[in-house]
Amino acid sequence: MSESVSDERILASPELDAFRSEVAAWLAANRPPTPDFLLPESFMEVGTDPQFHYLRDWQKKCYQAGYLGMTWPKAYGGGGKPQVYQDIATAEMARAKVPFFPNTIGLFWAGPLILAIGTEEQKRRFIPGILSGDDIWCQGFSEPDQGSDLANAQTRAVRDGDHYVLNGSKIWTSLGQHAKYMILLAKTDPAARRYAGLSYFLIPMQVPGIRTQPIRKLTGEYGFTQTFFDDARVPADCLMGREGEGWAIAMKTLTFERGASGGQAGGLTRMALGIEDVIELARRSRRDGRPAIEDPFIRDQLVRFQIEAQGDRLCVARGQVPALCSERPDAIPLSNKLRFSEHNRRLYQFALTLQGANGGRWVGDAQAVDGGLWPRSYLNAFASTIGGGPSQIQANIVGERVLGLPKD
Amino acid sequence: MSDALSTRIHFSDEQAMLLDSAATFCRERSPSASVRRLLATDTGFDPAVWQAMADLGWLGIAVPEHFGGSGLSAGHLAVIAEPLGRHLLATPFASTQLFIQGLLAGGNEVLQADWLPRICQGTVGSVALFEDDGDWDLSHLQARAHVSGATATLQGHKTLVADAAVAGALLVSVQLDGEPALALLPTAGLPAQALVRETVVDETRRSYRLQLDGLQVPAATLITGIAALAALQAMRNTALLLASAEAAGGIAGVLDVVVDYLNTRSAFGRKIGSYQGLKHPAADMLVGLERARSHLHHAATLLADGDDAEIALRMAKVEAGDSFVFAGDRAVQFHGGFGFTWDCDAQLYLRRALWLQPWFGDAAHHRRRLADRLWPLAA
Repeated sequence: MSESVSDERILASPELDAFRSEVAAWLAANRPPTPDFLLPESFMEVGTDPQFHYLRDWQKKCYQAGYLGMTWPKAYGGGGKPQVYQDIATAEMARAKVPFFPNTIGLFWAGPLILAIGTEEQKRRFIPGILSGDDIWCQGFSEPDQGSDLANAQTRAVRDGDHYVLNGSKIWTSLGQHAKYMILLAKTDPAARRYAGLSYFLIPMQVPGIRTQPIRKLTGEYGFTQTFFDDARVPADCLMGREGEGWAIAMKTLTFERGASGGQAGGLTRMALGIEDVIELARRSRRDGRPAIEDPFIRDQLVRFQIEAQGDRLCVARGQVPALCSERPDAIPLSNKLRFSEHNRRLYQFALTLQGANGGRWVGDAQAVDGGLWPRSYLNAFASTIGGGPSQIQANIVGERVLGLPKD
Repeated sequence: MSDALSTRIHFSDEQAMLLDSAATFCRERSPSASVRRLLATDTGFDPAVWQAMADLGWLGIAVPEHFGGSGLSAGHLAVIAEPLGRHLLATPFASTQLFIQGLLAGGNEVLQADWLPRICQGTVGSVALFEDDGDWDLSHLQARAHVSGATATLQGHKTLVADAAVAGALLVSVQLDGEPALALLPTAGLPAQALVRETVVDETRRSYRLQLDGLQVPAATLITGIAALAALQAMRNTALLLASAEAAGGIAGVLDVVVDYLNTRSAFGRKIGSYQGLKHPAADMLVGLERARSHLHHAATLLADGDDAEIALRMAKVEAGDSFVFAGDRAVQFHGGFGFTWDCDAQLYLRRALWLQPWFGDAAHHRRRLADRLWPLAA
């Protein structure tokens, strides 16, 4: 999302130019062959073992080449380099359109969190496996009955000697069936008021009493699980911080998740599929015997999407100029998810209309355009317009917190 | 990705200070009551306010220093035009800036030295580029100039000439031997019947039909050939920037009116802003404002850097223009019965939006031009 911006901000120097060339050459020589199955759009969409192994192998290969975790301390397997190197490597990955890294929660949320506030022992135990991809991480925040109301978590953790005993359930656990560890928000003190009773854990997933059940999505694919805890016993040293600090640590995790805090390991988090790809699709689609991109109506639609996409990229750029955001500093960040997620949903829906009669085909059909990528992307786009607070809630947030309108 | 669009936005401390003082000036000088008082006047603006803007150096921001200006680029005009639009402060600012940029791009040193210092001091300038058919292609011209000896005689007429009655000079587009040219027409001595007031939707504007038949200018003051094309392009670019800035400011202004009403008016026992049917479109207005401002200041950056700004300017005009019409339209609706009345300020903004939309090309026109630029069709 911010690649083009950081790209323009990276200062030129002979050493950095050489590094950029080195990364570009390595990616060209080492990019994995296109698989005979459709790759997922993000770590939330990893639904099959071949998809998972393909992506994990790619993460490991990039890590071993030194292009991942470049800024993390050498003592824990990182590269110990300045941020600009990782920014260049990530920008080159985006430019080369190589696959993303599947351990997103480890690389972008849990890893930076552990490096920021974890103990020395936690850093040594967890960080190397996050980078190599050997240890996949998942997140246990949302619960089946609580929606986005994290503070109301009902999963219980009860101290019993050297262990905590877990009971309850978490939902929308991405990579739940592949994960070795989970960041978990659970209630340790039911008598305490709302936030004060919550604690934060780094727990192993392969223990008796923890069970994951795949959730089948509207696409027919899998990718999320529901996670059940039935008297699962985890070592007491899984607790991060102290009991009752769970809410504060969860909020800190969200600052990493939303990119408000730096320190992420780097690399791509999703398959970039934007207006440029739809333009390219329009070039090879046909209308009335000619390329669809020559059709006046389609051109008008494409320009509308292009203007909107460019407007959102420019909002990222303007967000870095305080004098142009002083009146409502929250306007751009708080409308960010609403703008991007709704744009993508409508863009992918439009992409289906470019395919003529083939727009009705689905993944697995031999004649499906791009293997059925577009209809699948459209349906999966709801993950972003619903997950993390649906667009209707986002519009409330913009109305109330940015414009100061009264609550419902 | 090879032809990825630039996302550059620069904004200097100097621009930030200018934006700040322009915002304060416009807020103080243009309360709703003043806007409404000026609607009924002949010229539509307050000469004292105009002179104050000249004294602050704002008219000559984009005029070279040796002509009495500040020597900045046309891109810097956005920070003045945005607050002008927000507070509906009526002045001949846009007309005058188009005249300046046309003269800078196409005029010779003598013409520039003759007019630019005066303009910086407060003399109004304007441009006469449109004709009866309303064609946005500024090179499709019916008005003509015939040169005989040292004199050029003009023929035909121009329409939608802003602020012509108060302007000291007009840049008039005509064809000369089948090619676009510009005549610099001083208004001193213009016969009374040459200017006829037109009635336009935005009542803060003053617009005139200009009858050219028989008017004469020295042939040496004609701008011709490549210089004329450069001048037309500079005037169009400036118009797109100023229209985008006024529209972006207008969205912010009408959003203030809407938010104030949604937080004040109650219906069925609740403040109406608590209803999602109104709250969500208000959020859409804000999204339109944010995107419009981002396009605007990007286009201003490219102009200031001397880069090709055509794509950025057209995109800014589309986003700001459409978002302003949407915001004005919804503002009328959300005020209910009051919104249907003359006394509600929503109509002032909606009428401004309806004026700006077709000014130098509406959204559909620019989208078509953008498509042709981004994805050229085989000949």
